[in-house]
Amino acid sequence: MIPLSYYLALSAVLFSMGALGVLIKRNALIIFMSIELMLNAANLAFVALSRHFNILDGQIFVFFVIAVAAAEVAVGLALIVAIFRSKQTIDVDQLNSLKG
Amino acid sequence: MMLSETTSGLFFNLVPWIIFFPVIGLLVNLLFGARMGEKAVGSVASVASGLAFVVSVLLGYSLWASHGEAQVVPFAEWIKIGTLDIPWNFRVDTLSVTMMLVVSGVGTLIHVYAIGYMHEDVRFKKDKKRFPRFFVFMNLFIAMMMILVSGDSYLMLFVGWEGVGLCSFLLIGFWYDMDTLGRPSWANSNAAKKAFITNRIGDLGFILAAMTMFWYFGSLQFGEVFVQAEQIAAAQPVVVIAITLFMLIGVAGKSAQIPLYVWLPDAMAGPTPVSALIHAATMVTAGVYLVARSAPLYVTVHGAQYIVAMVGAVTALFAATIAVGQYDIKKVLAYSTISQLGFMVAAVGMGAFVAGMFHLVTHAFFKALLFLSAGSVILGLERGHHRAAHHGGHADHHEEVFDPGDMRNMGGLRKQMPVTFWLYMVGTLALAGIFPFAGFWSKDEILLDASKHYPAVYWLLTAAAFLTAFYMGRQVWMVFFGKPRHAAAAHAEESGKLITVPLMVLAGLSILGGVLNLPFKGFHNFAHWLEYTLGHVEVLGFDLVVAGVSTLLALAAIGLSWLLYMRNPLRAGQEDPLKKVLGPLFTAMERKWFVDEGYWAVFVDRYVDIARFLADVIDWRFWHDWFHDKVIAGTYNFLSRKVLDLRVDQGGIDAIANGLGELTKQASVSLRRLQNGFVRSYALAVLFGVVAILGYLLLK
Repeated sequence: MIPLSYYLALSAVLFSMGALGVLIKRNALIIFMSIELMLNAANLAFVALSRHFNILDGQIFVFFVIAVAAAEVAVGLALIVAIFRSKQTIDVDQLNSLKG
Repeated sequence: MMLSETTSGLFFNLVPWIIFFPVIGLLVNLLFGARMGEKAVGSVASVASGLAFVVSVLLGYSLWASHGEAQVVPFAEWIKIGTLDIPWNFRVDTLSVTMMLVVSGVGTLIHVYAIGYMHEDVRFKKDKKRFPRFFVFMNLFIAMMMILVSGDSYLMLFVGWEGVGLCSFLLIGFWYDMDTLGRPSWANSNAAKKAFITNRIGDLGFILAAMTMFWYFGSLQFGEVFVQAEQIAAAQPVVVIAITLFMLIGVAGKSAQIPLYVWLPDAMAGPTPVSALIHAATMVTAGVYLVARSAPLYVTVHGAQYIVAMVGAVTALFAATIAVGQYDIKKVLAYSTISQLGFMVAAVGMGAFVAGMFHLVTHAFFKALLFLSAGSVILGLERGHHRAAHHGGHADHHEEVFDPGDMRNMGGLRKQMPVTFWLYMVGTLALAGIFPFAGFWSKDEILLDASKHYPAVYWLLTAAAFLTAFYMGRQVWMVFFGKPRHAAAAHAEESGKLITVPLMVLAGLSILGGVLNLPFKGFHNFAHWLEYTLGHVEVLGFDLVVAGVSTLLALAAIGLSWLLYMRNPLRAGQEDPLKKVLGPLFTAMERKWFVDEGYWAVFVDRYVDIARFLADVIDWRFWHDWFHDKVIAGTYNFLSRKVLDLRVDQGGIDAIANGLGELTKQASVSLRRLQNGFVRSYALAVLFGVVAILGYLLLK
């Protein structure tokens, strides 16, 4: 059996890659995908720990997360489409009208 | 009614009504006088005064029935501070009732006379609206005089003393916006001010006397003071001398004695009934009453008595000399009043309180008679002046202002005004002291007393009596005999019944007044009456020498005046024959010995100088220019501009407020850099934040 720490390490690596992607990528779609990556890294940690401690709460949470992520994707992609329509770009560095 | 029967059916409790009746009268006239018509106004005032007289008579009867025992009727609590308790009590004794009878009796007659007099006066002076005002003042005067004579303490007496002074001021200045001839000027109100201010000097003396008394006697109630008088006079004679002499200053002010008499002649600016009531018969005798009332104090200090007597005697002679040189009919009578007041003051000063009070009473009769008759003469002349202007209007249009009071405009009035003439003769003979008129008896009693105790006073008073007869003779010859010296005198008309009837009553009293106190055994009624109040009084008999000398001198004086003024009656424009005889001396008399000018030079001008110095230098230059403008305003400006504005406000408060603003601005400038609008840097910040929080939670 694969030990828990492997799962958690994979989860941390995935999360870090997601976070890194959010921080350094300019394309909104890529950032979006990176967020999904971070969510799924968390999901992985949930199921791994749930399996390890034999408590089903983690599994249930993951379903919630997947549901929320699906909703989020629907809203997020709609936002990105709306942004693209008005700006002709999805480069987040161009969206700086809130600059102080 | 307040007819409470406490003292065995006597009327002592009615005593407050002597004040209430005149006050009711004045209130009625004050509130409704403008709508009531002259007859009604005058009737209300006269009835008010008359009822006060009725009450006085009832009080007199009650005293007589209770054998003259003095009553103190408590009326109201007045001043009560700690142990100091000065109630308003009425004192009903023979002395105060005598004054009440004179004040209200003569006062009522003068009120009636004034209805007729003021009716014409307000028409000559062309202001009918002042008619009710006159009677309001007159009733107020009666009320105040009653307070003066009925009070049971020096403080209550002082209230009345000030009150009558106020009424005197109001009535002298009754025609305040004109002079005595009706021309627009402030002469009358200046006369009123002179009277008031001169009296104020006298009042200061009164106040000093009252304070000294309170300090050493611990009371101002008559009874309590007099009980201690002898004891304190023995222990500290200086105290009693000081009190009596301070009081003398008050007496000199109110009763027009040297050196404060100067206001009384000017007071003739008031309407003639006022001159008769206030400035001859009643108010000016308040000083005499005060000395008589304070008899227990005066008899303990003979030195003070002597000074009082000398002041009175010198005034009597001094004023008589001035009266000789006057041309105004009322001025002659005014100086005569001063002179006669001198007689009274001399009498009460010598301790002859009965003689002084007796002369006060008879003088009230005949001097009121003389003044009112003089008023009748003046009215007659004014009527004559109008008629002359109407009838023979051919020549007199360019005529200057006509003075109806100037005796040089009169002459021969005996034929035009026979009733007034006879009434005037009665007054003259009474004043000159001719047997058997009232003045003869009262003056003689004073002279007799003086001849026994104070020879110097006797000679002064005898000389004054001689001059009295002379100037009255001169006046009668000039006014009623000879030929008219002016068209107005030729056309003069007799006055109506309303004016002459009160005069007849006064004439009757002037003839018969002597009966009060004839110097024969069994007839000293007045002396015994006052004895109840004054204690034992020396009753003098009849001295043929003194009476003879004074009568002969009076007759001689009248004869002398006949020689000068009747053998060759004065013609219009002619100089006074006495001027040829006396030369510059007469001029000095005519100019009142230059006393007024002297007072101006010594007091008034100096006072004006001081006032001007205070106003210009102290007030304006020092106080206003320097202290106010420089010191206060300058300091204020310096403080507000240089210190508070620059340093505190701009440098302190503004700096804090501005600094805070600047700080916030700086902070926001630095902080806005964080708000760069790059979503990735926000995400980085969130990441750092999460890492930091998690790190903290994990490493805690």
